[in-house]
Amino acid sequence: MAHEVHIAGLAKTYGSQRVLGPLDLHLDAGTITVVIGRSGCGKSTLLRCLGGLEQPDAGSIRIGAGQLRREDIGYVFQEPRLMPWLTVSRNVAFGLRGHPARDDRVAEALATVGLHQAASLLPKQLSGGMAQRAALARALAPEPELILLDEPFSALDPFSRESLQQHLLHLHRHYRTTMVLITHDMDEALTLGDRILVMQGPPGKIVADLSRQDTKARLREALEPGGRCPPGPPAGAERPQTPLTVRAL
Amino acid sequence: MARGHAALGAVVPLLTLAVWQGVTSAGMVPPSMLPPPAEMVRTLAEMAGSGELAQAVGITAWRLAWGFVAGAAAGTALGALCGASALARALLDPTVQALRSVPSLAWVPLFILWLGIFESSKITLIAVGVFFPVYLNLMSGIAQVDRKLLEVGVVHGYSRLRRLIAIQLPAALPAYVVGLRSGLGLGWMFVSAAELLGASNGLGFVLDDGEQTGRPERVLVAILLFGLCGKITDMALAAAGARLVRWQDTAMPVQGQRALHPA
Repeated sequence: MAHEVHIAGLAKTYGSQRVLGPLDLHLDAGTITVVIGRSGCGKSTLLRCLGGLEQPDAGSIRIGAGQLRREDIGYVFQEPRLMPWLTVSRNVAFGLRGHPARDDRVAEALATVGLHQAASLLPKQLSGGMAQRAALARALAPEPELILLDEPFSALDPFSRESLQQHLLHLHRHYRTTMVLITHDMDEALTLGDRILVMQGPPGKIVADLSRQDTKARLREALEPGGRCPPGPPAGAERPQTPLTVRAL
Repeated sequence: MARGHAALGAVVPLLTLAVWQGVTSAGMVPPSMLPPPAEMVRTLAEMAGSGELAQAVGITAWRLAWGFVAGAAAGTALGALCGASALARALLDPTVQALRSVPSLAWVPLFILWLGIFESSKITLIAVGVFFPVYLNLMSGIAQVDRKLLEVGVVHGYSRLRRLIAIQLPAALPAYVVGLRSGLGLGWMFVSAAELLGASNGLGFVLDDGEQTGRPERVLVAILLFGLCGKITDMALAAAGARLVRWQDTAMPVQGQRALHPA
C-alpha cells in the first residue's frame, strides 16, 4: 500500500554549513517524485535524511499516518552495493530476514526485474545493469511503502539506463509505490517524474515544481543558478497536464 | 597455465640444488661446512629409518598446532572486538601495538619463569607470534569495511551487532585469511626459536643438536624440513582460505582459488 510523505521543516547542517532546508514537502501517495539539481545542491542529503542515513538537525518526516519506520523504506543507491559474498538471491533476501514468505518474495522480486535465471550467481559475475537490477529487486522484495532512488542509473550505459527506466515505470504501474528519485539528468527526470522538484543550494531548497509534461527548456531554465521558473498555479491547485505546469516555491 | 606456473616455482630450488652439488663436488667448500646433497639424503633416510624424523616433525607440528589455535583464537576474539568497537580499539589497541614491538625472544625468560621449561612456555611463545598478525588483520579488516556496504545494513534496519555479523565479518574475511597465513608463518618461526632455546625433541632440537655435534647435514635437514612443513601448511591454509573468499573479484586468484567466469 502506498503512502503519502510529509516533510516539515527538514534541515541539515554539516559543521557550520547548512546544506539542506528548512524544507517543507508533501509527496502524494503512489507518485514518482524526481528531485533534480546540480551536484552538491543537497538533493542526496535530502534522500539520506528520508532513508535514515543522516539525522536531520530539525524537522520531521512522516509516512502516511505514522512515523517513519525503516522497514517502510526501500533504498536504491547510485552503485548496486551488493554484498559480494552473497549470491544474487541472498542479496535480494537481505532485507527479509525472518520473513515467513522470504523465498517467495525473493523469487517474485527476481522475476519482476528479470533476474530469475541469475539467482545463484555471485555479484562479480553480473554486468553493471544486472547488478543494478539486483539492487532494485533487493529494495522491492520487502514491499516497502516508499522507495528512495539515489541516481540509480547514472553509472550505466545509455541502453541499460533506458531499459531500467522503462522497468521502473513498469514496476511503478504494478506496485503504485511512492518513489523519490534523485537525478541530474533532465531526460530521466522528464521520463520518470510525475512531479519534478528542482533543487538549488546549498542550502538545498526547492525552487521549482514541474511535471512530466514540462519541456526540457523549462527544466533547464529552472536549473540555472539563481534561476526560477515563472510562477505557476497556486499551491494545492490541481496541476494541469498541458501545456505547462510550473509552480515556483 | 597453472601447471606451468607450478613448474616455474621449482626452477629456483632445482638450480640451487645443482649449484650446491657442483660446489661441493668441486671441493670449493669443505664438507664440514656444506655437505653434498647426497649426504643430506642419506641423513634424511637414516632419520626416517630410526623414527627420529617422524618423532621430530610430529612433536614440532603438535606444538605449532596448539600455539596456532591458541594465538589465532585470542587474535580473532580481540581483533573482532577492537574492529567492531571504537571504544575497545581506543582502550586496547595502543597496548597491543606496544606489546607487538617487544622482540619475540624477550618473552622467553618470562614464560620460562612463569610456565616452566616444558610445553606450556613453548606453546605460549608460539601463540604470541600467531596472535599479532591475526589480531591486526582482522581488526583493520573489520574497521575498514566499506561504509557503503554498512549503509545497506542501516537502510534495512540492521542493528549494530547484526551489521557486524552480516556485513563486517564476511567483508573482513580476506584480511583475516591473510592474518592467519602470516600468523602461521610466524608460528613456524617461533616454534623453531622455542625448540632451539630449550627442547629435547622436535626439529629445533635437531638443529641445535647438529650444531653442538658438528653435523651440518642434520642442521640442513632440519632447515629443509622446516621449510617443507611451513610450505605444506601454508598451502593447506591458502586453499581453505581461497574457498572462503572465492567471491572476491580479484585480478589474480590466490593460490588454490579457481576463478569463476561471468555468465
